[in-house]
Amino acid sequence: MPLPFEKPIEDLEAKIQDMRRYADEQGVDLSEEVALLESRLERLKRDTFENLTRWQRVQVARAPGRPTALDYLTQAFAGFQELHGDRTLGDDPAMVAGLAELDGRQVVVVGQQKGRDTKENITRNFGMSHPSGYRKAMRMFDLADKFRLPVVCLIDTPGAYPGLAAEEQGQAWVIAESIRRMSELQVPALSVVIGEGGSGGALAIGVANRVLILENAIYSVISPESCAAILWRDAGEAERAAEALKLTSRDLVALGVVDRVIDEPLGGAHNDRDTAIALVKEALVEELAQLTHMSGERLRRARYERFRALGRFEAVA
Amino acid sequence: MALERLFRRNRPTRKEDDNSPAGLWLKCDACNAQIYRKDLVANLHVCPECSHHYRMPVDARIAMLADEGTFVQWSGGIQADDPLEFVDTQSYAERMEKNRQKHGRPDAIVTGGALMGGHSVGLVVMDFFFLGGSMGSVVGEEIARAAERAADEGLPLVAVTASGGARMQEGALSLMQMAKTTVALERLAAERLPYLAVLSHPTTGGVTASFATLGDVIFAEPGALISFAGPRVIQQTIKQDLPEGFQRAEFLLQKGMVDDVVPRKELKARLVAVLRALSGAKERAPREKLHAAAL
Repeated sequence: MPLPFEKPIEDLEAKIQDMRRYADEQGVDLSEEVALLESRLERLKRDTFENLTRWQRVQVARAPGRPTALDYLTQAFAGFQELHGDRTLGDDPAMVAGLAELDGRQVVVVGQQKGRDTKENITRNFGMSHPSGYRKAMRMFDLADKFRLPVVCLIDTPGAYPGLAAEEQGQAWVIAESIRRMSELQVPALSVVIGEGGSGGALAIGVANRVLILENAIYSVISPESCAAILWRDAGEAERAAEALKLTSRDLVALGVVDRVIDEPLGGAHNDRDTAIALVKEALVEELAQLTHMSGERLRRARYERFRALGRFEAVA
Repeated sequence: MALERLFRRNRPTRKEDDNSPAGLWLKCDACNAQIYRKDLVANLHVCPECSHHYRMPVDARIAMLADEGTFVQWSGGIQADDPLEFVDTQSYAERMEKNRQKHGRPDAIVTGGALMGGHSVGLVVMDFFFLGGSMGSVVGEEIARAAERAADEGLPLVAVTASGGARMQEGALSLMQMAKTTVALERLAAERLPYLAVLSHPTTGGVTASFATLGDVIFAEPGALISFAGPRVIQQTIKQDLPEGFQRAEFLLQKGMVDDVVPRKELKARLVAVLRALSGAKERAPREKLHAAAL
């Protein structure tokens, strides 16, 4: 299923396919015509994806087929071994964690997991964690600190789950605690927003030395739909809210909220998963190399300073 | 009856943004009793009939917690920028200017130093009447500065929260204030200085999910709504009615999330007792190497 604005691209791709098939079947040479259409396709993709509106980027960030945390953990990393459970209440399938190697270096990984189809999405609660998920993440932070292993977190959640059990079990408390726990890590910490960075539920695993984001991923204080429902009392104004919230990768770099944008292949990560995964790996390897020589105290201090400095205000006249 | 009706007319409706009901009498939201306004104020904004706890204006809150005449304000030197040039039904810049005029302070927070029962403390009080007590860059910065100043001066910190959460109009920068306030509290922890949180009605969203719930001791006021997601959001998610008392202070006490529910008239004495119990950690472990130097 193409995204709404991908329809012209899909149509043109189908046309090229048809032409190729016709040429094959009829034994005629249409290579010039095909080449012409292919260059037009390339141009169309470029025009489309280089000029996405913020709302369109929200759609790309949520696109089915976009690589999920487990896709990165099994392909950008080697020997991923999943570790389950929070040792208190259960195992939250919306948060995955474990041990893996990144380019030969042992790391601890934590990721928010959306489903890759409807059935898995239900199991994974659409990537929305309960407190158990954040407790699992904190357990991993402890493990990383104890064994002096870097932490890599993959952010992809609409938000922490807003439900009865989640509230009863202290959703706010575990998010606050996870933010605190991650900020105090004495090992390198990297976070990558791979899809949706939904509010506090995302930040809970986002207090890293370096925060990276994929080109078409988003990171926001509130979803455009909820923002629209509150400000305009109409969730249908989500497009307007997405514009106002400045939630795209480039916006966030300008605000200092993220440090680096990882380019996606033309057409978005959902159209070329392998390339996207390879680009993320490359960026992580580079970033980690910059941090490994730093002492535990220095890493912690750098994280303090990074987050302490965020915000915009002016002196009272 | 006729007299009451006459007064009712002048009595503003109790809306979120209304911190100064002007009428002489008002009807208690909880028990419907007619209360003489002066009695309500004298009773710390608690209904004398049914003990319903009303939202407390910042000045009254400071007056009830600080020893008389000891509060020295720290906050107030900074005001919001408009990093997103955010416009909804009006522009953020306009909205802020109106709020500043109306409330006479730059943003939804007041911090300062004070004596509390003779203990020197840093005090943070959020102002729900100012744009729902929402946390943007200024609120986050003032809290962080207060925590750092308290750490530098060797003072415990007491925070009274009241907030709808992170401020949408500053986008992801508001979200980042959750991390900023949290890291600033590390400074207090490194000095083994107590940080006490008082959650008042309502405390929700990004404020609950950051500094509000990181207190060494957490007290909640009776009946206070304290949540991550608001009741309406949860209702929309689960499509059923919420149980009676859900997300209220008493419910959270039962669930083990707060140390106690403390009526307002006992609050200061309870805080002072905790301050007394927890102070002096450094003297008890004088040779211990603390993290403070590193931060």
